[in-house]
Amino acid sequence: MRIDAKGLHFSVLDKAVRDAADGEIIIDNCIGQRYIACGLSGKNIEINGTSGNALGAYLNGAHITVHGNVQEATGDTMNGGEITVFGSAGDATGYAMRGGKIFVEGDVGYRCGIHMKAYKENKPAIVIGGRTGSFLGEYQAGGIIIVLGDSKDGKPVIGNFCGTGMHGGEMYVRCEQIPTRLPAQVKSERLERLPEGEAAELVREWCARFGKDSKAYLDCTFYRLTPDSANPYKQMYTQN
Amino acid sequence: MNIYIQPEYEVVRDRDRCIACRVCERQCANLVHSYDAETGKMQADSTQCVNCHRCVCVCPTHALKIVKSDDTYKINGNWDNQTINEVYRQANSGGVLLSSMGNPKDYPVFWDKMLINASQVTNPPIDPLREPMETQLWLGKRTAKIERDEKGRLKNTLAPQLKLKVPIMFSAMSYGSISYNAHESLARAAEELGTYYNTGEGGLHKDFYKYGKNTIVQVASGRFGVYKDYLDAAAAIEIKMGQGAKPGIGGHLPGAKISADVSETRMIPQGVDAISPAPHHDIYSIEDLRQLVYSLKEATDYKKPVIVKIAAVHNCAAIASGIARSGADIIAIDGYRGGTGAAPTRIRDNVGIPIELALAQVDQRLREEGIRDEVSIVVGGSVRSSADVVKAIALGADACYIGTAALLALGCHLCRTCQTGKCNWGIATQRPDLVKRLNPDIGYKRLVNLVTAWNHEIQEMMGGMGINSVEALRGNRLMLRGIGLTDTELSVLGIKYAGESM
Repeated sequence: MRIDAKGLHFSVLDKAVRDAADGEIIIDNCIGQRYIACGLSGKNIEINGTSGNALGAYLNGAHITVHGNVQEATGDTMNGGEITVFGSAGDATGYAMRGGKIFVEGDVGYRCGIHMKAYKENKPAIVIGGRTGSFLGEYQAGGIIIVLGDSKDGKPVIGNFCGTGMHGGEMYVRCEQIPTRLPAQVKSERLERLPEGEAAELVREWCARFGKDSKAYLDCTFYRLTPDSANPYKQMYTQN
Repeated sequence: MNIYIQPEYEVVRDRDRCIACRVCERQCANLVHSYDAETGKMQADSTQCVNCHRCVCVCPTHALKIVKSDDTYKINGNWDNQTINEVYRQANSGGVLLSSMGNPKDYPVFWDKMLINASQVTNPPIDPLREPMETQLWLGKRTAKIERDEKGRLKNTLAPQLKLKVPIMFSAMSYGSISYNAHESLARAAEELGTYYNTGEGGLHKDFYKYGKNTIVQVASGRFGVYKDYLDAAAAIEIKMGQGAKPGIGGHLPGAKISADVSETRMIPQGVDAISPAPHHDIYSIEDLRQLVYSLKEATDYKKPVIVKIAAVHNCAAIASGIARSGADIIAIDGYRGGTGAAPTRIRDNVGIPIELALAQVDQRLREEGIRDEVSIVVGGSVRSSADVVKAIALGADACYIGTAALLALGCHLCRTCQTGKCNWGIATQRPDLVKRLNPDIGYKRLVNLVTAWNHEIQEMMGGMGINSVEALRGNRLMLRGIGLTDTELSVLGIKYAGESM
């Protein structure tokens, strides 16, 4: 099914996507319509253009590919499925996501992966090709975030306050030197190359999607960031 | 050096009545009572006592009582014992003081300074025993455009509504902060009463999906347990922006309380802190709030009302006006006396405003702006009786949330130590041996009893006023008069003083 989104209100477009009997949906001329594919499962959605805020919020298994940029809160509270962005993503990408994968070719905005958490077989992953804004992985409680830092403009790969309040999960940042002072609760470890395992597999998957040579992204210096405690507030209180 | 702090309450045992059956010892999770084999007598360590009255209630010979200690520091109008002890505790530990349940301080209770009207001679009272007296109501947006199809028939353009048989719902209490059996009691009572209970921000246990049509599910900043099936299961979705007991403060469920079952319900690993900070980091404006409201509506096909819950704070009228314009269907306002499973003492006791004043101002503001019908208003924190419910509705509420009163019905004795997780009444605990003390078969029945009794009383009071439905009582402030209030208080509440005529 093919939908021309030109001039369509988000509620009309989203209803068409939700109600479509066809599992294969292509949206053309997307111009910032919000909430596309909220809570959807069992569909493949391809978007040409720029999708609006909250693309794939509560996504429950559907696959979304965007040929263009996406705005804020992509994959908010996503439970499963995949979102691939041939472009850049806005703020709060992957907010509180619990499962599934988000692949971004370019940059992401502020607060990417905030409140990300893992549970049993659900382990969310975000792979970012470019740079990120500040507060990456804030309150991260699980899952994995990879920043490949592919950028030629010389700006820092991640912004300030990376991992503030982090108490679970891990982040991998590809850079020669972590460009920011990390909060006290975040431990960092320098890796001369990305070790085999989940992170390397995700990077290969990202490279396959965007037609990049994986060797160039694996054989480099990474920093692995992890929290120093799963119970950051334990010592803070006195019974009264 | 830790300074010894004399316990505030003492366990007193009548030696003549005590038969050393050791029930008190078995029932106390705080390990206050012990048996001295040498003397054959029971001992009590009052320093461990939280004054929950479990032992007093279960003692078969009524040999126990808890009394306020008469030990005191030198009497001081400024530095009372509690204030001094709190300084000692913090100097001992360096910690933030942690308490629970609602603000216990001696602030004015405005419910108790409002009196309800009754009819005499003209517009006579109605006898609810023989005349219909409607306590059923609907919550949701009441603005709907009249649209007709090509055959001229009315199209249903009404936004989704929540139908309540009584103007009382159970407020948000998460599984984790309260026990499985407490949740089961609330869910079954809501079903039988034709009303709703609220999951709080702790997810919905798999066993309780069957009560979905009587369940309000909460979405908070940490998004615990939020996913498609959870949203689909519910009758309504509540976005938690704030809580009366701790405005501006988020939730931290310590890892120690995340049992296997709580972990499964919240969808987070066992033993890891569940952190739900006060700010939603994706919401900085009413437009951002609107985005979350609509993403939830989109995810549930516009079939469920969305509630936005805020704490009663200084500017809540303006905030409520924004919420009414955000697309939300219902605003829930939680007063500063609302309960909690854990809150910093200073926040609980000093932040926020009384629900009576907040409600009056919110209702007035929405009416002035012509948007009162865009939303329903639900208030809680704290509604203690049917009279409070009647006064709240007359001030402008559509319905009330009760939390503390519901827990009292389940056996809570307001010892205000929920944060320790050792509730002897099986309510605010996850310890299996304590949880099983609360029998949901009995618990749910007690909740049904309480709300049914309140509903009868509401009917009696409405009948007395000559009003035969809660819908007709709503916002009817002429049915209220103030007593012992200043001019400013009367004007904030929008009511006249007792004795003043229409």
